Amino acid sequence: MYSLEGITKSIQDWLFLKFDPTLALAIECVIVILLAISLFAILGLVLVLMERKVAAHIQIRLGPNRVGPGGMFQTVADTLKLIMKEGLTPDKADKFLFNLAPFVVMMVGMLLLAPIAFAKNFQIWDINIGVLYISSVSSLSVIGILMAGWASNNKYSLLGAMRSGAQIVSYELSAGFAVLTIVVFTGSLQISEIVASQQTGWWLFKGHIPAVISFVLYIIAVTAETNRAPFDLAEAESELTAGFHTEYSGMRFALFFLAEYINIFIVCAIGATLFLGGWMPLHIGQWESFNHLMDYIPSSIWFMGKTFLLIFLIMWFRWTFPRLRVDQLLNLEWKYLLPISLFNLLLATVIAIFGWHF
Amino acid sequence: MFLKEYIKDVYNGVSSLLKGMRKTGYYFVHPKEIITEQYPDNRAYLNLAERFKGEVIMPHDENNEHTCTGCTACELACPNGTIKVVTKFEVSPEGKKKKAIDTLVYRLELCTMCNLCIVACPSDAIKMAPNFEHSVFDRTKLTKVLNHPGSKIKEGIE
Amino acid sequence: MYNQTEILKDTSELGTEGELVINMGPQHPATHGVLHLVVTLNGETIKKIEPHLGYIHRSIEKMCESLTYRQFIYVTSRMDYLSSHINNLGCALLIEKGIQIEVPDRAKVIRVILSELTRIASHELWLGAMAMDLGAFTPFFYAFREREMITEIMEDTCGARLTMNYIVPGGLMYDLHPDFQKKVKAFVKQFKAKVTEYEDLVTNNIIFQSRTKGVGILSAEDAISFGCTGPVARASGVSCDIRKIYPYEVYDKVSFNEILDTAGDSFARYMVRVKEMNESIHIIEQLIDNIPDGDFVGKTKNVLKLPKGEFYTRVETARGEFGVFIVSEGGTTPHRIKFRSPGFSNLSALNHMAVGSKIGDLMATMGTLDLVIPDIDR
Repeated sequence: MYSLEGITKSIQDWLFLKFDPTLALAIECVIVILLAISLFAILGLVLVLMERKVAAHIQIRLGPNRVGPGGMFQTVADTLKLIMKEGLTPDKADKFLFNLAPFVVMMVGMLLLAPIAFAKNFQIWDINIGVLYISSVSSLSVIGILMAGWASNNKYSLLGAMRSGAQIVSYELSAGFAVLTIVVFTGSLQISEIVASQQTGWWLFKGHIPAVISFVLYIIAVTAETNRAPFDLAEAESELTAGFHTEYSGMRFALFFLAEYINIFIVCAIGATLFLGGWMPLHIGQWESFNHLMDYIPSSIWFMGKTFLLIFLIMWFRWTFPRLRVDQLLNLEWKYLLPISLFNLLLATVIAIFGWHF
Repeated sequence: MFLKEYIKDVYNGVSSLLKGMRKTGYYFVHPKEIITEQYPDNRAYLNLAERFKGEVIMPHDENNEHTCTGCTACELACPNGTIKVVTKFEVSPEGKKKKAIDTLVYRLELCTMCNLCIVACPSDAIKMAPNFEHSVFDRTKLTKVLNHPGSKIKEGIE
Repeated sequence: MYNQTEILKDTSELGTEGELVINMGPQHPATHGVLHLVVTLNGETIKKIEPHLGYIHRSIEKMCESLTYRQFIYVTSRMDYLSSHINNLGCALLIEKGIQIEVPDRAKVIRVILSELTRIASHELWLGAMAMDLGAFTPFFYAFREREMITEIMEDTCGARLTMNYIVPGGLMYDLHPDFQKKVKAFVKQFKAKVTEYEDLVTNNIIFQSRTKGVGILSAEDAISFGCTGPVARASGVSCDIRKIYPYEVYDKVSFNEILDTAGDSFARYMVRVKEMNESIHIIEQLIDNIPDGDFVGKTKNVLKLPKGEFYTRVETARGEFGVFIVSEGGTTPHRIKFRSPGFSNLSALNHMAVGSKIGDLMATMGTLDLVIPDIDR
């Protein structure tokens, strides 16, 4: 049967046959980089279109429908426009940081791509501390945002960046605790092992109430971490015009825009890996024929399906809820999410020690 | 007691959010509710109200005759100086002199569609038309002459 | 007892250290037009707000002095364009009062129905825009769907969607469209069905409630001293509905409640407006089947001349009390004219309401003031 695993294996075998191992590894790196960049481009185009279509249908509109069939090429046209636009730099801006910031934000997205298992045995880097790596790298993106806000020499940007800093630093906590719950269940930080542990069922179903609670907490926390409504205080259109990227235009703005969607994809992919079994097909107990049928769906489709389901959920939030105020945002984290997640972690530990989960 | 309040708070908050999501989710899965009108495509069946105040026109019948007597009531009624009536004297076959319009100049760019000229007109010579696509590249094209070339006043209108 | 110096206290004497001055507007997503607010901040906390006006000043009052009494009415549609019909009504009422024109009953009833429809349309737009200020984009479209039905009714009958100019001294410009009653009934039905959606999406939403409750509090004393009218004052417990206090047209013959709240915060202002929409529906329901037959315009002279003297009338627009004051010298045009617009007084309370709150609260406060900038600036 067709699988991504077979393709990668044959390419690797061929490379190691033809070249010496160092060169072969270098070539593999180049291929991975190219694949990652093209994945980013495609994801950006697809997710922006998806967001606009979801928003339109929720708001009883049609959404983009002029460029290409069903508006399919709308984002391509938008990207072309953004590339051709002049990238304006404010006069009194810190030129170096101003130009660097979008790339920092983008780079964090790229780094996070490494430990994600896209399909069965299709993973760039199966590091044994995968979860730790993800939670530590994802907190770096705030640096890019702070950089952008400070370097713009704009008061709106500064306020947006400061808000973003407070927000991401606090929501890291509950996102981390939610992830820890699953680590407690599996006893491993390695992504591939976490996925493998869900062969008999996803942690969302196996882990009883703590897993469900930590899933909800995770979704809330990552929505805040990616600066999405109802936690989009860093942008807060009606308050700060566009927050930290007020002064950005052209391609640099496009990078911020792209990074937002890449971040959503990555946090949803991690969420799908931890709670919904990654590329594991849906298996229900003893239903042999059903389980067998599910196995026929390629693992990459399972992974993408789950990820996009979570992405849709986050988009659904955005187009339903009003924005929180900055102090309420912090209240929510420190007074509600953090106590709940601490308690939840305790509960999960007890369940894991006694082996009550399935 | 405090814990009970706390849990109640969380429960009420989450349920209110879920209610909102149910509403938006309902619209997401019901594309029939979409109200978008795709404007340039629907020109053929675009239904404008018959009273829609789009621009002032002067209806002419098949003999190229209108009912404007050149009384300048519309010019006086207009708050913006949109209408300018230029009159002339026509000599009828019997040799009688009769006042008639030479041109009725209507400046669309000044018009606010207040309908006062139409109300003021004693002979119903002008009316509002439901045209709304007025954009042109040259501003001078907005200054229009309402009476057709060679038109004359209908018999029996005083 | 209210202390005047408390209100007029100049907050600029506070130290300037750590101050951040932000210009909100004239181009800003939340100021709904060309309002320019100079906001002095300390971190996220507002220390002072200074509204700068004049970006859309068209000197409407001076312009009206050169227009005849028939002509100047249409200009008032351009002030508070969301309740243009009610503005026109105010001017027409003044002229009718001055010249003693008898208005037919049919015209009176139709004027009231259209006024209430305008009020609902205005509140619908406000609801959508207010939710958008707070970051919820979707209610805007749902509110506009209902508003669209009203604008279509207006388009059918008045020939325009926003600046109607349907009211002339003595009655109406022309008669109702034959479909009017049917369409209004359809709208009432749709509105009643859909109003629960706003409750689910906005009113009961925990985020919305926590954003608006206790935010931008205006006490009754302050509301009076700032001259606030309309829903802004009524949410603070000041009874100021012109339709109740000085009834015009047929408002004294219909039953409706003046919506009052005592909290004075943004949520109270929100609730007052939402409940007002229901009251307007109630008024329309009473009148729509009882439009008397007869003329739609009374007998008037061709050239209107107000007798020498001073005249003032007021009407209740969607934003509050709209007053027209005319000094006449007996000619065909007003000698002096002054409009008392509700938005101007309501805006003046903004600084008092928002000082000490966060930037996010400013959006909630400003949203519930329901500012229409051309109305403030004229």
